[in-house]
Amino acid sequence: MKANGKVFKYGENIDTDVIIPARFLTTADPELLKVHCMEDLDSEFIKKVKPGDIIVAGKNFGCGSSREHAPVAIKASGISCVIAQDFARIFYRNSINMGLPILECKEAYENIDNGDEVEVNFEEGIIVDKTKDLVFKAKPFPPFIRKIIDAGGLVEYTKGK
Amino acid sequence: MGMTMTQKILAYHAGLKEVKEGDLIEANLDLVLGNDVTAPPAIDILKKMGGKVFDKDKVCLVPDHFTPNKDIKSAELSKCMRCFARENDITRYYELGDEGHGIEHVIIPDNGLVFPGDAIIGADSHTCTYGALGAFATGVGSTDLACAMASGKTWFKVPQAVKVILTGKKNEYVTGKDIILHLIGLIGVDGALYKSIEFCGDGVHDLSMDDRLTICNMAIEAGGKNGIFPIDEVTLSYMDNVNRERFNSGEYKAFVPDDDAEYCKTVEIDLSKVPLTVALPHLPSNTRAASDIKDMKIDQVVIGSCTNGRISDIRLAASILKGRKVNRFIRCIVIPGSRKVYRTALKEGLIDIFEQAGCVISTPTCGPCLGAHMGVLASGERCVSTTNRNFVGRMGTKDSEIILSGVPVACASAIMGRVATPEEVL
Repeated sequence: MKANGKVFKYGENIDTDVIIPARFLTTADPELLKVHCMEDLDSEFIKKVKPGDIIVAGKNFGCGSSREHAPVAIKASGISCVIAQDFARIFYRNSINMGLPILECKEAYENIDNGDEVEVNFEEGIIVDKTKDLVFKAKPFPPFIRKIIDAGGLVEYTKGK
Repeated sequence: MGMTMTQKILAYHAGLKEVKEGDLIEANLDLVLGNDVTAPPAIDILKKMGGKVFDKDKVCLVPDHFTPNKDIKSAELSKCMRCFARENDITRYYELGDEGHGIEHVIIPDNGLVFPGDAIIGADSHTCTYGALGAFATGVGSTDLACAMASGKTWFKVPQAVKVILTGKKNEYVTGKDIILHLIGLIGVDGALYKSIEFCGDGVHDLSMDDRLTICNMAIEAGGKNGIFPIDEVTLSYMDNVNRERFNSGEYKAFVPDDDAEYCKTVEIDLSKVPLTVALPHLPSNTRAASDIKDMKIDQVVIGSCTNGRISDIRLAASILKGRKVNRFIRCIVIPGSRKVYRTALKEGLIDIFEQAGCVISTPTCGPCLGAHMGVLASGERCVSTTNRNFVGRMGTKDSEIILSGVPVACASAIMGRVATPEEVL
């Protein structure tokens, strides 16, 4: 699986309350959630994001609440992959279950800038910053986790087995 | 190599003699929990999988986040959970007003559903609260909840542990909240990322069960997978009190970490040196001694939540507010964490004290903690809150601010109209 798009770059400790505020959790519909994705942090995000775009962020991305609505909202917004220095553990687990591709790579966070064109090869964990002509290597997921993500999440994966 | 307390519990529930850090294991679960925000998506998934619950006595469903329902959409969420509970005859479904109802992490230990050595998951990040009783408990998302409701099992990656050695005795008005905020200030909001936080040391015995529940509750705010306390006289007496039948049956396991267990980090905290602590906006790790905060005006105070809504919190609040008045420009919202806490407070005359002090008293709900209802902040407003998170927009607009504190600082601040310590009002 490959991802290709423009980068939205954020800082450290991006919590699930800014990814999707609790006041919008009265629905679990991805289409209704996505319009509020990141709105308390970056009100321009949902206006500018295009299918395939990539989020790059610092350490502890997705900290806070266990709400699965957070990876759901990000995925529905069109984001094809989140690259962070590291992830909070519930978000990490939820992303796999929801089929949202994620990668951990500190160097990518340190070098990639907002607006860069980035390509990600998920199988190999290769991240290419096409704007800067830089290549980073993240640890790829083992095949069984990739199969869950490729299937679109744990439910689809379980159904397909 | 030896195992930590958490590793021993996970090994036991996976039917293995030994596990080590990084192992992927499948564990049998003693309790699986959801609330009105996280259970409805899980119920949808479970229905699609055609599944029934694995054990109607081991699934717990609690309407507490948007309840009493704040709008039509949230009413539909509660209805979804309520109908599911009826269809599946879920024993541990607690309706509003039920004997055992309240905020999930307040009632579940108090209703005797957690014992040492248990393995519990909940689709709520603060499920880690139950480590106070020497159980392994951690938060998951709705899909994991759905699968666990169907199978009674889930997979875990065996975590490393951070060891926290507590020594000494805490000072007057210092509570579990100050200790956990102090710890998060030391190690950061990712200081225990993916890891267990295992508490030990002589200082443990100075902590009440409510202190321990508050401390484990916020393990997640340091990125922790779980927090856990050893079992001692305080634990035994608590179990005897909340569920004598299971306590007398001996159907629980008190695990002790091996002497040669490995820890990735060790932190020592002398409780006598922990000050009344606050966390300034917008991270729980942004801690300061409350006495160092000068002239920080506030608009609202919230006393309650799964962190600080237990009877000891409510008693402490009443002892400070008794005969005093909330500042006339402050809304002070007091939320007993369960029906039982509310009833006890009523019997002890505490509700009357709050009423006379000029507080607003609410039925049990998570409401304001997550900016859902019952105390949402307008732009530019600032709240001192005994809740657990002070992220941007958590309690209202993105331009509002939350200062986290224990109950004594919250009460003093309500009286003074600014961040204050109990010494200033007593």
